[in-house]
Amino acid sequence: MLKISNLHKSYAIGDSSLHVLKGINLDVENGEMVAIMGSSGSGKSTLLNIIGMLDEADSGDYILDGLPIKNLTEKKAAVYRNKFLGFIFQSFNLINYKNALENVALPLYYQGLKRKERQKQGKFHLEKVGLLDWAHHLPKELSGGQKQRVAIARALAANPKLLLADEPTGALDTTTSYEIMEFIQQLNDEGKTILIVTHEEDIAEMCKRIVRLRDGVIMEDKPVNQVRASQYV
Amino acid sequence: MFKFLFDRDTWQELYDSISKNKMRSILTMVGVWWGILLLIGLLGSARGMENSFNRLFGDFATNSVFIWTQSTSKPFKGFQEGRRVRLTLTDVEKIEENIEGIEFVVPRNQNQSLVVRNLLSGNFSIAGDYPLLDKVQKKKLIKGRFINQNDIDENKKTVVISEDIYKQLFEKDVEPIGKYVRINNINFTVIGMFDSGNINMGPSSDIHIPFTTFQQIYNQGEKIGWMVITGKPEYDIKQIELDTKLLLKNMHRIHPEDERAFGSFNLGKAFGRMTGFLTGMQFVTWFVGIATLIAGVFAIGNILLITVKERTKEIGVRRALGATPFEIKRQIVVEAVFLTIVAGLFGIISGGWILIAMDKYLGQGDDAVFVNASVSIGVVFIALIILVILGTLIGLIPAFKATSVKPIEALREE
Repeated sequence: MLKISNLHKSYAIGDSSLHVLKGINLDVENGEMVAIMGSSGSGKSTLLNIIGMLDEADSGDYILDGLPIKNLTEKKAAVYRNKFLGFIFQSFNLINYKNALENVALPLYYQGLKRKERQKQGKFHLEKVGLLDWAHHLPKELSGGQKQRVAIARALAANPKLLLADEPTGALDTTTSYEIMEFIQQLNDEGKTILIVTHEEDIAEMCKRIVRLRDGVIMEDKPVNQVRASQYV
Repeated sequence: MFKFLFDRDTWQELYDSISKNKMRSILTMVGVWWGILLLIGLLGSARGMENSFNRLFGDFATNSVFIWTQSTSKPFKGFQEGRRVRLTLTDVEKIEENIEGIEFVVPRNQNQSLVVRNLLSGNFSIAGDYPLLDKVQKKKLIKGRFINQNDIDENKKTVVISEDIYKQLFEKDVEPIGKYVRINNINFTVIGMFDSGNINMGPSSDIHIPFTTFQQIYNQGEKIGWMVITGKPEYDIKQIELDTKLLLKNMHRIHPEDERAFGSFNLGKAFGRMTGFLTGMQFVTWFVGIATLIAGVFAIGNILLITVKERTKEIGVRRALGATPFEIKRQIVVEAVFLTIVAGLFGIISGGWILIAMDKYLGQGDDAVFVNASVSIGVVFIALIILVILGTLIGLIPAFKATSVKPIEALREE
């Protein structure tokens, strides 16, 4: 599904440069659920951004589903993002003047689907996260957990191959976090490949594999016994 | 390519974005609104003034020059200076024969005389005229007719008077046509009455009698007072004036450089000055209007720039979800063009109202300053096209600004 080899990335800060990723090698198979852990500054977000094509590596290879991701034009990157990737953000990043259904249907709009079809699929995904009754509510009328579920529905809408979650529970309380994780686990059970950036141990334990980063290198890469979130809910 | 214009979402986005910043959108639109209002208002006024000038000049053949004689200022061929020259009918024939580009020459005579009607009387200037005068100086006849060839041929004692004369010589509500007035102790039948209008271009007179009759009663012989020369439209009346004067000087043995011997009033020159003024005003109007428009459109661009800055994160999210830079730019440009067009249309409509008001309060009656103050559809169309072009160009600035930020940086923005 995902093959990264010898990935380097550095940022220029004033005159000096900050070497953030120092040769990352990572393989993710179909259907995996991987937690990327590390303290802040370890490069985990940068790695996720590169995987998400929001950022570009300085050197190294990145192959997504057999497609080499390199020197993409903005347009091509946008199309790939739309087709292959679903994003879940810490701060949800819903568009505040669009209702839940419109938010979910947005990636489909950029796919060029007709309005009716978008509505239909959007509703289907909202139902999946259990928020069909809230379809016409604005984000500000939803709770944090509900917002994140709408965001997950939005990430799923375009039927991506890979779900990328950047601290998906970072802005939520523990109970809600476990609810969200339970849902993400369900998605994984259905066969979705999922990458989660987190610094919370309990969240990482709910994945199937943990990759630990420190100072831009992978310290540890081990499979874990998945803790089912449902037992806490 | 333009399918997105018929997409409900495009307009939904537009509506959301504008309604989120209502106050600011309205304030910016005021700039464009004001610009186009100014453009329409000024262009309409310019047109109104032009129309009013044209109406005033419309009664004259503008390609005309009046020529009369004065006394010489230079001795020549044995003649002393200060000699009084008189034009004759022979001069008229010679001019018609020799000068290029002449439409017609109208000889005229003029004299002061006592005019009497029953107990009312007055001293007026009497003009002896040919029917052709009506072509040079259109008479607005209220009643009856102007002098015709029959009057000339038979030396008829007929007279055409202005309304002013009628008011001075006739009792109220008396029908003037067919009545007699005494001029120089000879009875003349009134055959027409005209409105003297409110502009005097060159010498004018209030009482017209047939030229031949004038010759007879004042014993003028071949002598004429002055003449009106009208050139063909394709000829320059200034050149005709120069040629004619030179010919006349030659015939009357006047020094070629004698500037005083002949007086003249060139209607074409006067008219040219007026139209030049109007053209200048129209230029200023376009300049001011378009400059204001540009300022207004810039204001819109400015606001969009701020809006884009505020929406950086949202734009980042959209790009993460798969919006291409082109789609983002397109939306912003559509917004800019939409705002300019809406503001422009409001400006055109309110500009129209101003012109309507102007027509109502300043455009009625004979001495109106603005006659049919209006702008043509073509001008409105051009203004709209300029708006669309400007709106697009100015929209490109925030559009490029929006996509110049990397999506990753846009997402980090709070």
